[in-house]
Amino acid sequence: MSSNTIVTLPDQSTAKMPKLSYLNKEHGILSWLLTGDHKRIAILYLVSLTFFFFIGGSLAGLIRLELLTPQTSLMAADTYNKIFTMHGVIMVFFFLVPSVPATLGNFLIPMMLGAKDLALPKINLLSWYLYIIGGSLAIYTMASGGVDTGWTFTTPLSTHYVNTNVLSTGVAVFIAGFSSIFTGLNFIVTIHRMRAPGMTWFRLPLFVWAHYAASVLMVLGTPVVAIAIVLVALERTIGIGVFDPTKGGDPLLFQHLFWFYSHPAVYIMILPGMGVISEVISTFSRKRVFGYTAVAFSSVAIAIFGFFVWAHHMYIMGLSNYAALLFSLLTMLVAVPSAIKIFNWAFTLYKGSITFETPMLYAFGFMGLFTIGGLTGVFLGTSGSDIHLTETYFIVAHFHFVMVGGMLMAFLSGIHFWGPKMTGRMYPEKLSQLAAVVTFIGFNFTFFPQFVLGMLGMPRRYAAYPPEFQVLNVFSTAGATVLGVGYLLPVLYLVWSLKYGEIAGDNPWQATGLEWQTQSPPLTENFVATPIMDHDAYDYEWLEKQNLAKQNQQKASEVPSVG
Amino acid sequence: MKFLSPVLWQFLVKWMTHSALFPPEASKMASDMDALIIFMTLVSLFGLVVVGILVATFSVLYSKKRHPVAEQIEGSTLLEATWTIIPLGLFLVMFVWGAVIYFRAFTPPPNALNIYVVGKQWMWKAEHPTGQHEINSLHVPTGRAVQLTLISQDVFHSFSIPAFRVKREAIPGRYNTVWFEPTVPGTYHLFCTQYCGTAHSAMIGEVVVLTPDDYKKWLAESTSGMSLAQNGERLFASLSCAACHNDKPDARGPSLANVYGAKLNLANGRTVIADDAYLREAILNPSQHNIEGYAPIMPTYQGQVSEEGVISLIEYIKNLDSNYRINQTLTTSDLLPESHGKTAPAAQGVKQ
Repeated sequence: MSSNTIVTLPDQSTAKMPKLSYLNKEHGILSWLLTGDHKRIAILYLVSLTFFFFIGGSLAGLIRLELLTPQTSLMAADTYNKIFTMHGVIMVFFFLVPSVPATLGNFLIPMMLGAKDLALPKINLLSWYLYIIGGSLAIYTMASGGVDTGWTFTTPLSTHYVNTNVLSTGVAVFIAGFSSIFTGLNFIVTIHRMRAPGMTWFRLPLFVWAHYAASVLMVLGTPVVAIAIVLVALERTIGIGVFDPTKGGDPLLFQHLFWFYSHPAVYIMILPGMGVISEVISTFSRKRVFGYTAVAFSSVAIAIFGFFVWAHHMYIMGLSNYAALLFSLLTMLVAVPSAIKIFNWAFTLYKGSITFETPMLYAFGFMGLFTIGGLTGVFLGTSGSDIHLTETYFIVAHFHFVMVGGMLMAFLSGIHFWGPKMTGRMYPEKLSQLAAVVTFIGFNFTFFPQFVLGMLGMPRRYAAYPPEFQVLNVFSTAGATVLGVGYLLPVLYLVWSLKYGEIAGDNPWQATGLEWQTQSPPLTENFVATPIMDHDAYDYEWLEKQNLAKQNQQKASEVPSVG
Repeated sequence: MKFLSPVLWQFLVKWMTHSALFPPEASKMASDMDALIIFMTLVSLFGLVVVGILVATFSVLYSKKRHPVAEQIEGSTLLEATWTIIPLGLFLVMFVWGAVIYFRAFTPPPNALNIYVVGKQWMWKAEHPTGQHEINSLHVPTGRAVQLTLISQDVFHSFSIPAFRVKREAIPGRYNTVWFEPTVPGTYHLFCTQYCGTAHSAMIGEVVVLTPDDYKKWLAESTSGMSLAQNGERLFASLSCAACHNDKPDARGPSLANVYGAKLNLANGRTVIADDAYLREAILNPSQHNIEGYAPIMPTYQGQVSEEGVISLIEYIKNLDSNYRINQTLTTSDLLPESHGKTAPAAQGVKQ
């Protein structure tokens, strides 16, 4: 193609902070707590999510410290059980599920669609309050004695056998679930009703497609876990025999209900992350995402197949062999769309013009770690090998590769990528590239040994373990220390950059999305005038033309001022 | 590779299994399981290397310095088809291979030596039909198919023997089965792998694999003097089961002779096979399993008989090939008091 597709990054030294933006339009704590602005709510979420992430992360640190030695040397087994339970509950329900959708999705979906706000701004604020109420209850639970059922609340352990705060944890998750349902509902309505003129479905950024798929999962899946929690509460308090076999209940029923949500939930967690990666890889290779339709439909395929694989968590629990056969086959089908995405991202690089800023480094990290996480998922989806590998550290390693290696990498990639849009200031590039590399190395050191531990048979959720597993556990803990540094760094320099970072300008990455065609940080209304979408997503030639037109306009406006 | 070069494949399998990536292989299934896992590992490595090479090569070739102008490419249906079909094909190979192993692991052969395992917070109790009781250990012979019939008396537990590549959940309210054929004598880990509360990580033990001769010795040394069926017989007497389940023409309950494995017509019109699961349910929850032609008068024994008690009753019923024994139990139930001095786990079970 012609040379007019060269897009150079703009000179940021001349960029100025806009006088008016969503950040300074109103002042005072109430202007934040009562806001209907999707961007402010996204910031509220970002701050609270970070808080929960560091609580969950500290609990992970305690787990790794305890596992340094084969005996229970740091804490009693009961304490250990409470800590890994709270780590799971907080990380899954209060960090991973809302992470990308509630922060980046909330901030960006209206802007990407060319809308002023989400369709239901008050519902959006309500979801944040529900999230905070649920989160506070979870923290209260932890402070008032904790809970030790594991985040999976397995019955009849949770209904009859533990004396800890199962109910308040259940209520916390129940409330947070409604926060998630409202967010999903809001996104679906917004994507259907609020698209700017010309923004057809196949001009939507892939970030929006991914969020649409995840929203459907949130709306359809979350009520089921809510029902399961209510049933657990009823059995625990008034003894209705839903799961208790001595009262005619079925203990496997809980597993079906729980995983009917909790398996799709992993796609709720990862799909928005995949959306981030599509945007980032396209922008830093200056190229349209390879196979746009394939990537878009693979999100939809994941959302559909994702609902029919839940029983692969139950292969050894006493399913009929034929049920296991069916669910194993369906699991193979859900693995394919993820493979499609990975290869399309790799081919987006082909004949691109690639630069390696921090978001791109995190995206590369995502591709490597998610590939490992996804492929090891196939080990577990295959019914035969699942017998040996399930309920061991292999599973722990697998889902941390997907959730931490995949999702968290995508989240950090997105935070670095859109941070300048949200705050108007750049992060320090060299330091953050270092942090990305440290995170990647620390992550592999932490979780790779756990695959081997799992192969060797070390069970998960063990406070004490046979001494032959110690070496690999020490490796893992050492890696976790590095990983901790990798996560602390961004918090420090991103806070620093709020005040001292370079001014970003409207479109520091020369990205094509509508969110970049307005000022950073944006106005409360997002756009001065409703944008009209007259080109496809990721159209870098259109962007170049826009830039040329702007330059000409500037030149034209400069001439009279001289004269 | 298995088909291209069987020798190389064997070598690779041996090398992989003897490096510290796998636990020892001590059952017939272990090497098959490891072959599958190695195959999946190789495919995964291949996939990872392909993605890695693509990303690395493109990053070098098309870095901004070398390739300042991006070329816009829409996509390629051929490539999309390629990376849909090849992964799907590989996944389907894994699916079939895995399903073969899965069906084998969870379909015990009919002649297997059956051992009952009861999980409870936080111990494993193994009941051998010949009357040996073990806690947190399991003795099995080499060269013989061993079936475990697992049940939990409280929460979910999971019986895991990594060296056998076998794991099965012990859940309350129903029997699960798994089988294996030990090959190498030795002592191996036994873990509970399903989180079951405070002392989950202490619910461990050992599996001792013995040669057939040693196993015979062990059986003789550790016998409690009474087989499981004999325990069942006592329990049968002490619960006065024979008051109804006897051979008399006016018996209020159906005869139990030869009932195990038979096809039964229930009062609600269903037909069932009287297997372990059915017998257990019929004892604990009889009103749902009333036999055609009999009045629904049997009381529930839920909460009165422990899981071990139910197991010994089932063993007793299994071994009844005539009602001779029942009648004998009826007439000799005075046998009970004198036996109280001996260990009578079934009677203890009733108390629990």
